[in-house]
Amino acid sequence: MSEIKLACAVVEQVEAICDKHRNDPGELINILHECQHLHGYLPEDMQRVIARKLNIPVSKVYGVVTFYTFFTMTPRGKYPISVCMGTACYVRGAEKLLEEFKRVLGIEVGETTPDGKFSLDCLRCVGACGLAPVVMIGDKVYGRLMPVEVKKILDELE
Amino acid sequence: MKILTVQDLERIRKTAKEVLALREESNRHTEVQTCGLANGCPHLQVLICGGTGCKASSSAKIAENFKEEISKQQIEDKIDIVTTGCFGFCEKGPIVKIIPDNTFYIQVSPEDVHEIVQEHLIGGRKLERLLYQDPVSGHHVSDSKHMDFYRKQMRIALRNCGFIDPENIHEYIARDGYQALADCLLKYSREEVIDKIKKSGLRGRGGGGFPTGLKWEFTAKQEADQKYVVCNADEGDPGAFMDRSIMEGDPNSVIEAMAICGYAVGANKGLVYIRAEYPLAIQRLRVAIQQATEMGMLGPCILGSDFSFDIEIRYGAGAFVCGEETALIHSMEGKRGEPTLKPPFPAESGYLGKPTNVNNVETLANIPIILTKGPEWFASIGTEKSKGTKVFALAGKINNVGLIEVPMGTTLREVIYEIGGGIKNGKKFKAVQTGGPSGGCLTEKHLDTPIDFDNLLAAGSMMGSGGMIVMDEDDCMVSVARFYLDFTVEESCGKCTPCRIGNKRLLETLNKITEGKGTEKDLQQLAVLGRQIKDTALCGLGQTSPNPVLSTLDNFYDEYLEHVRDHTCRAKQCKALLTYTINPEICIGCTLCARHCPADAITGFPRKPHIILPEKCIKCGMCMARCKFHAISVC
Repeated sequence: MSEIKLACAVVEQVEAICDKHRNDPGELINILHECQHLHGYLPEDMQRVIARKLNIPVSKVYGVVTFYTFFTMTPRGKYPISVCMGTACYVRGAEKLLEEFKRVLGIEVGETTPDGKFSLDCLRCVGACGLAPVVMIGDKVYGRLMPVEVKKILDELE
Repeated sequence: MKILTVQDLERIRKTAKEVLALREESNRHTEVQTCGLANGCPHLQVLICGGTGCKASSSAKIAENFKEEISKQQIEDKIDIVTTGCFGFCEKGPIVKIIPDNTFYIQVSPEDVHEIVQEHLIGGRKLERLLYQDPVSGHHVSDSKHMDFYRKQMRIALRNCGFIDPENIHEYIARDGYQALADCLLKYSREEVIDKIKKSGLRGRGGGGFPTGLKWEFTAKQEADQKYVVCNADEGDPGAFMDRSIMEGDPNSVIEAMAICGYAVGANKGLVYIRAEYPLAIQRLRVAIQQATEMGMLGPCILGSDFSFDIEIRYGAGAFVCGEETALIHSMEGKRGEPTLKPPFPAESGYLGKPTNVNNVETLANIPIILTKGPEWFASIGTEKSKGTKVFALAGKINNVGLIEVPMGTTLREVIYEIGGGIKNGKKFKAVQTGGPSGGCLTEKHLDTPIDFDNLLAAGSMMGSGGMIVMDEDDCMVSVARFYLDFTVEESCGKCTPCRIGNKRLLETLNKITEGKGTEKDLQQLAVLGRQIKDTALCGLGQTSPNPVLSTLDNFYDEYLEHVRDHTCRAKQCKALLTYTINPEICIGCTLCARHCPADAITGFPRKPHIILPEKCIKCGMCMARCKFHAISVC
């Protein structure tokens, strides 16, 4: 078995989460939710710890992590940006908005800027369709956003 | 206090009804004088929308300011501040409603609160500037009952949304909540309950439209030591948010319905599978489950009967395919959400191999009221084969974006032009997309079709979960089809070949067309491949995934043809087919465009007409957005 490079404290916390769910493989998704909430993302080493605790192959954990869009294996930025790509936002110009974020930040969807400040993602419908197009930065919702405003908003967060 | 008998329930209802009396009363009246403490009104209530849409525009801060302001004025005992679920009129949020005069304030900001308290709550004078203005007559409309947006609606599934405090079970009980469950447990046999649901004609609101009563009967007939009831709250259609609104605005109706279903099919365990992306709905559901358990409406021996029922929450993690019931069950078991062939149906072998009954949120929200008002009442609403109402999330290029509920059989024209207030910015209607990524686009010729399950299918679309996206002349139908395919390709679980590879090929072909490299042969191939995927894919997602392509090919063939033959996009959406030019007669050489061009594709001397270098232009449209003289055009 390969060496685990996670901090001991994190490993303990992950193990505690698994214990709380009786190390039941049926609880895998709930465990992953809690671990991501704890650590921000699910690195390979963490998946190994979980697999060992639940006594299932690590490929199975990896299979679940990569299947669901909510789980991520890369750390998010300090300001995680999510552009809503629901249909209502799409027809009100979300694609152009996304292009502008990509251009200004110089990253693609799913990536984080090298300084760790911004990460860019898409999400499917925040449910604030009246405010379309919508972008979430952290917990804050920006509604009726135009591409020309993107740079200004990012500058304000600098 | 724990409710042990039906008499306890009635006693609690009686007290709770007093709290709601003011609201019920104002709901009945059509013309009420403006009320304030100064003109003799002893008690007022302020209802503030606490749905996700209004929360995004600071409705929580509005509620906070109201509390602060009324405490400053020392009128807390005369004014109640209630945070409710969604009112539906999201376009005009945040919404604040004043009871008893039913004044409907729109687009309220936290700064307006002081004035509302001073002028309205105390002074008894309406604030005209915050009232809805009828776009045709220009008149201010103060009572929502007189707004076109609400007039044609009939709220059954949404009956309590925007009316009660979702975090207070007493308010739900006051609206005859848990009476249906009490009736079932004490008066009706399991067979009678199923019979009533069958008689009502209720069909599943999640997409397929399968008769709910029959589904319950299948599970009820299975012999097993353990059965499960599952609520499918994994709303995956991007642009549909009715299930979320029901859970945020009236979570107890879902809980009551699950318990009724449990009684009818013989299950004592309920599971709600909900999207983790819905934090507010999760929180409200949790509160409701906790309150229902404390009150004894969940737990052992409910109302003194021998029926016990518990509900647990399971989280989805963002996979559209999990709306399919077999995939959903796998996901609840902690596995990848891949569907399996039916049969066996979940009714025979579902969660952990046990008989499982899966129902959608909106379907469940209809159950309690069907039982209290009677199946005949429900069956009298709607069309011959689709009974009751349907909730739609109306969005896109429409004036009144929001959540609406109309009787089945209402026409698209009524929904779009009367309730929706027509197309935004006076543009021309082009299409309406129903059914999300599994549905299709309907055109002008379908506007007078009465909406129901069968008519939408016959028109080449489907009901789906109720997303309804309106598009205008600026939307390119090829791009729309590509948008949905992009979604399906990303969401395909990869288990069956037609969906995994077929949809990918469809997407590649669509990309080719939008890039101006398509041929007429490609159009034929799209149609052939689309039909093959429909016929051969494993699950509902795969079988319906080509619908957006096939329906746009059917209804907008000319537009596809223009893309491949003339290399033009009439909606000016397909970048590769566009050319931006500066009109030298209008350009004054202000240099604004050149300074904002991200690709340095614009050259020219100050005060001389500029030109765009086509080889450098990335067609972002930034120059056109910046030009103050409308000198830049695109074709």
